[in-house]
Amino acid sequence: MRDTPGVALDRNYYTGIATRDAWARPLTLYDNGTVTGAPWRALPGDPVSEFSIQTHELTRDFGAVRAVDHLTLDVPAGIIFGYLGPNGSGKTTTIRLLLGLLEPTSGQATVLGFDTKSQDQAVRERTGALLEYSGLYERLSAEENLDFYGRVWHMPAAERTARTKELLSHFELWDRRREGAGTWSRGMKQKLAVARAIFHRPKLIFLDEPSAGLDPVAAVALRDDLARLAAREGVTVFLTTHNLAEAEKLCGQVAVIRQGKLLAVGHPDELRARGGGPRVDVIGRGFSDELLARLRARPEVTSAEVNNGRLTLSLRDGAEAAPLVTELVTGGAQIEEVRRGQASLEDVFLTLMDEERRQ
Amino acid sequence: MIVDIWTVMRKELIEIFLQRGNTAGSRRGGWFSILLVLGIFGLVLPLQIGPEWFQRPQLLLFWAWVPLFLVSSVTTDTFAGERERHTLETLLASRLSDRAILFGKVAAAVVYGWGLSLLSVAVSVIAINIVYAHGQFLFYPLDVAALGVLLSLLASGLSATAGVLISLRASSARQAAQIMSVAIMVLLFVPVFGLQALPPGIRNQITNALNNSSFDNIALGAAVVLVILDGLLLLASLARFQRAKLILD
Repeated sequence: MRDTPGVALDRNYYTGIATRDAWARPLTLYDNGTVTGAPWRALPGDPVSEFSIQTHELTRDFGAVRAVDHLTLDVPAGIIFGYLGPNGSGKTTTIRLLLGLLEPTSGQATVLGFDTKSQDQAVRERTGALLEYSGLYERLSAEENLDFYGRVWHMPAAERTARTKELLSHFELWDRRREGAGTWSRGMKQKLAVARAIFHRPKLIFLDEPSAGLDPVAAVALRDDLARLAAREGVTVFLTTHNLAEAEKLCGQVAVIRQGKLLAVGHPDELRARGGGPRVDVIGRGFSDELLARLRARPEVTSAEVNNGRLTLSLRDGAEAAPLVTELVTGGAQIEEVRRGQASLEDVFLTLMDEERRQ
Repeated sequence: MIVDIWTVMRKELIEIFLQRGNTAGSRRGGWFSILLVLGIFGLVLPLQIGPEWFQRPQLLLFWAWVPLFLVSSVTTDTFAGERERHTLETLLASRLSDRAILFGKVAAAVVYGWGLSLLSVAVSVIAINIVYAHGQFLFYPLDVAALGVLLSLLASGLSATAGVLISLRASSARQAAQIMSVAIMVLLFVPVFGLQALPPGIRNQITNALNNSSFDNIALGAAVVLVILDGLLLLASLARFQRAKLILD
C-alpha cells in the first residue's frame, strides 16, 4: 500500500500502515485510506474509522450507585472533545471504562475501533492518558519519567532522547530535567504529566482536568498546545474540565453529563443556541419594577431579570437591541454599558443541570 | 514481554538506588542503608568470626535469611506504595500487560535482595582474605557456595512474591510493611518454637534426621520447598492482579 499511494487528502485519519520508523515524520493521508509517516503511532492492522470513540448504552454500576447511565456517544477523530459535568457525575469512570480499566455493567464501547472489554490491551497500546492525578514518579527525574514511559511504548533510544528534548524544551522544563519531579510545583508537574501523556504520540489522548493547578499563562499555553495537536497532527483529545470557558474556546464538540447521564452533546455554538436566542446585558442603574414590566410586555423580549445591577434581557431570534435601549432610557434608567451576545456555555451548562435536577 | 519486564524492573531499581528525595538527607539515606548492610554482613560479622566463616556451612544458611529482610523493605512498596503515591492508575493505563508489571516488580525485588546478598558475600570474602589469608585464597567449599547462591536466590524470590502479594492486597505501604514483618517473624519463629512444642520423641527423630543428613541434602530439600512456595505465591499474585480491583481498592 505504501508503494502505491493515491491522491493526498487534506483530512486527518488514522490507519494501520505506519511502522516504527514513522515516529517523527510528517503526516500524509491518501484517498485510499493510507497514511504515511503518521505523527502518532499507528500499528499494523489498526481499523479505520471516522470516530475515535463510540459508546452504545454504556452503563457502569458500583453497587446501588449508577456511575455511568446508558451513555451513547460518538467522538469524531481529530477533534478536542470536551466532557463536562459536575463533581461525581461519572467523568473519571467513563475514562476508566474507555481505557478498559473497568468493565461495563452493560452496553459497549469501542475506542479506535477496538472493543474496550475484549481488546482493552489494544486500546491502551494506542492511547495516552493524564488521569485524575499526574501519575509522575516523584523519586525519578523529569527525563527519567519520560524515558520510562518511552520504553514502555518501545520507542527507540534516539527517538526517546529527541522527544524528551522537544517536549521539555517546549514546556520550558528542559533546564530542570535532572531534578526529581517531587521537588517541582504543581503546575510544573502538570506540564510534565501532559508531556508524558503525549510522549509516545498516541492517536487518542484522555486528559482529566489537565489545566487544574496551572497558572493562567500556563493554562493558555497548554490550551494552545492541545489545539495544535488536534489541528496539525490529527490527534483526538478527550478532555474533561470544569473550566467551561476553556471548553468553549478549545473543543470541537462537548458533551454534558450529570449523574452518569448524557444531557447534551454538540458543538459549543449549537449548545449555546439551545440555551436560547440572543441576549442583551445592560449594566447601569434605575431598573425599576415598572420598567421591567414594560420590557417583559414587549413581544421580542422573552425574559428580563436584574442581578447585581446587571439587567439581562433574553430576546427572540432576530430581535434588535436598539429599541430596548431607547425604552430603558426613556423609562429613567441610567446606562453605562450594553452588551449583546448569546448564552455562554456556562449558562447552558447551568441550565442543563437545573433542568435535570428538576426532573 | 521480556522487554517490558526489563523496563519495569529497571524503573523499580532506579527508584530504589538512585532515588531523588526532596532533601539531600533523603537522597543520602538510600545509599546509607545499602552501605550499612554491606558493612554489617560483609565486614563486621565475617571479620569477627574470621576464617571459620568459610568452614561452617551453617553460616551459609545465614545468607538465605539476609535477602528475606532486604527484599521485604522493597516489595511492600511496590503496589501499595504506587497506589498511595497515585502512580498506579497511570501505570495500569499504559500498554504494559499484567504479567509484565507483576514480573517486573518481583524481578526488581529479587535482583535487589539477591544482588545485595551476593555483594555482601563478595565483600566478606575480600575482607577475610585481606585480614586472615597467608598466601592462600580462603573461600567456601564450592558445593556449599553454589547451594548458598541458589538458596539466596530462592529466599529472595520467596520474600519478593510474598511481599508483592501482600502489597497487592494492602491499602497502604505501611500496612503492607506491617503484615510483611509479621509474616517474616512467623517464618523465623514458627520452625524454632514449633520444634520445641513437638513431643520429645518426634523432636528427637527430626533432630537426628537433620544431624545425619549432609548439608547438601538439607540445602537441596530447602531449595525444593522454596521453589514450591515461590511458585505458589507467584500464581496467587497473578490471580490477585486485576486492574479494576487495583484501581477501585
